[in-house]
Amino acid sequence: MESTDSMKIAVALIVLLPLFGFVVTLLLGKRMGAKAHLIPVAMVTATAVLSVYAFEWVFRHQEEPFVWDAFSWIVAGRLEVAWGFQVDTLTGIMLLVVGIIGMLVHYYSIGYMHGDGGYYRFFAYLNLFMFAMFVLILANSYLLVFLGWEGVGLCSYLLIAFWFPKKSASQAGKKAFLVNRVGDFGFTLGMFLIFVTFSTLQFTGVFEQAESGEVASGTMTWICLLLFVGAVGKSAQFPLHVWLPDAMEGPTPVSALIHAATMVNAGVYMVARSYPLFAQSDTAMLVVMIVGTFTAIYSAYIAITQNDIKRVIAYSTVSSLGFMFMALGAGAWAAGIFYLFVHGFFKGLLFLCSGSVIHAVGGEQDMRKMGGLRKRIPVTFWTMLVGAIALIGVFPFAGFWAKDEILAADFEHGYYVVWAVGIVTAFLTAVFAFRLIFMTFFGESRAPEEVQAHIHESPKVMTLPLVLLAIPSAALGLLAGWPPESGWIHDFLEPVFYDVEHAEFQWLGTGGALMVFSLAVALLGVYLAYVMYVKRLELPGKLAARVPWAYQASLRKMYMDEVYEVVPIRSTIVFSRWLWTAFDVKVIDGAVNGLAWLWGWAGTTLRPLQTGRVQNYAFGIFAGMLALVVVVGWVWGV
Amino acid sequence: MSPLDWWLLLAVLLFCIGGFGVLARRNTILVVMSLELMLNAVNIALVATAQFRAGSPGAGVLFSLFVITLAAAGVTVGLAIVIANYRTKRTVLADRFDEMKG
Repeated sequence: MESTDSMKIAVALIVLLPLFGFVVTLLLGKRMGAKAHLIPVAMVTATAVLSVYAFEWVFRHQEEPFVWDAFSWIVAGRLEVAWGFQVDTLTGIMLLVVGIIGMLVHYYSIGYMHGDGGYYRFFAYLNLFMFAMFVLILANSYLLVFLGWEGVGLCSYLLIAFWFPKKSASQAGKKAFLVNRVGDFGFTLGMFLIFVTFSTLQFTGVFEQAESGEVASGTMTWICLLLFVGAVGKSAQFPLHVWLPDAMEGPTPVSALIHAATMVNAGVYMVARSYPLFAQSDTAMLVVMIVGTFTAIYSAYIAITQNDIKRVIAYSTVSSLGFMFMALGAGAWAAGIFYLFVHGFFKGLLFLCSGSVIHAVGGEQDMRKMGGLRKRIPVTFWTMLVGAIALIGVFPFAGFWAKDEILAADFEHGYYVVWAVGIVTAFLTAVFAFRLIFMTFFGESRAPEEVQAHIHESPKVMTLPLVLLAIPSAALGLLAGWPPESGWIHDFLEPVFYDVEHAEFQWLGTGGALMVFSLAVALLGVYLAYVMYVKRLELPGKLAARVPWAYQASLRKMYMDEVYEVVPIRSTIVFSRWLWTAFDVKVIDGAVNGLAWLWGWAGTTLRPLQTGRVQNYAFGIFAGMLALVVVVGWVWGV
Repeated sequence: MSPLDWWLLLAVLLFCIGGFGVLARRNTILVVMSLELMLNAVNIALVATAQFRAGSPGAGVLFSLFVITLAAAGVTVGLAIVIANYRTKRTVLADRFDEMKG
């Protein structure tokens, strides 16, 4: 019992400390000026320690998750929702990702946001984000998850539009908010359906009933699909991915924390959390896999021609999230979460590195104006190289183990097409990741003279988080995923994803062959990028001229913005215009004006009655009185 | 017909004559007088009913005394209005007082 008590305190503090930091910083931050980061950073450091503690606790109690209904929140009829928390192994993994990366990003932000006008505001929002994210992953009911879900969405909006005087930033914020509403609508409907079906929103209650198999499979499929719509919005899957690349308008630490390592994983987390529901519906699983697979290759294809350093990584994130959904849909649950785990670290690292690059070249984000930065900012270069290698999955870096497990699972479950698409995606990933490295760090510098003079390595407070993230990016895969397909993380997640069988890995069989093959593909991609962007710089231009349609499609993001412009936006405008001219002007204004006219007409018609002669009125009084007497007499029968 | 009915018939007749006067006469002084006639018709009805029907006749008489008092007050105000109107309009004819203001 003693250990659960300490867990209660730990969980309560994990949630409350960032909230405290947010409130205090918002109120007092302005007066603290350049010291505004002190309280928020202290808070997240404490939560990181507590997260590690909670993880360690789960590690010791893998079979029996910590469940705690702190206090009752909503009680209305059958609906009873508590502020309840649950820490099982899945939550433990998420706690590590959110807690540690959150802390490092806070440190990094001290340097990155130094001197910004909204310094205190930035840290206040970051702490609010941490609060909402912790609520999301610690919650033990769908409604509380939804609270955190909306909270992180709000923070995402606030931080994307952080430099709101810039038109494009405020537009991007709005875009993220609106696109996420579509997904949230699905999530909400899913919750309604869950409540109608199970009469509860608590995970334990819902899952127990789901496993009993008494629920119609059609209902279960609908629940899963609606929840997945929510996940598609939050985790930026096709066709709701359009907000994430634009979200790069926000400060780079935000991109690293929210739009790579934590918030966008919420969709994946939610689907994984709903494992007992999805396990009952093959249709929903298939949809998850198809959407994930398509998104993975689609956004990888876009990423190869983007010139904005952050956009490349943003599309890479969309692609990686697609990879995770591909894994979940294919039934490789643990592998998907494994990928989420390592992806948080190396993608966060890549974003922070790109921030450091942007910092070095005076705010420039266009890779065509970089180049040759390798010697000038060595720490950034080496850490970013580690991140890129981890991303493309080269032995023995983190991405290798996770990515390979996903691809192997696709193959073993018989989804050969999905596997092939995954391999192509891995190839494209290698190309764009090293295109980024080569364009940024190798070759001749293409920056203007005045920028050249000022290129400098970032301060320690920024490079230290890079190094600290580079270590797990390199080693975490080996630590958690060795030996392949039955590594530590599989046993660890077993209590959450029970019933998932995983085959023994065969070094000298399919497993080993697939591993070597995907490694070869990744290295081929790196070689291609080397040829195109270091050796023969004229090649990309020639290629683009040879197949202009393919190049344009990638550069213009598969015309998705144009599609959105035409289908939802145009049609809304046309419909609104019709409502305006036909409905508003004619029906609503007609009704209002008609009423006004009616009273005017009635007044004109009845005005002659009012003669001003007292005796006319007196006659009215007499007549009325007489009528009353007659009526009363008639009714009472006098 | 009982004796009370005769008295009530007289009251009704007087009331109707008074009512006709209030509605039809042009001269406001005559309107006020007709009004008094109506009040007195009511007084007759009250006193007669009290005399023939009620346990104690005092109640009806007392009530009619109130009516007389109020009628006296009413006629004072009424005549004052007539005089005030005469001063501004130089007439006492009711149909000339048909303006909404002034």
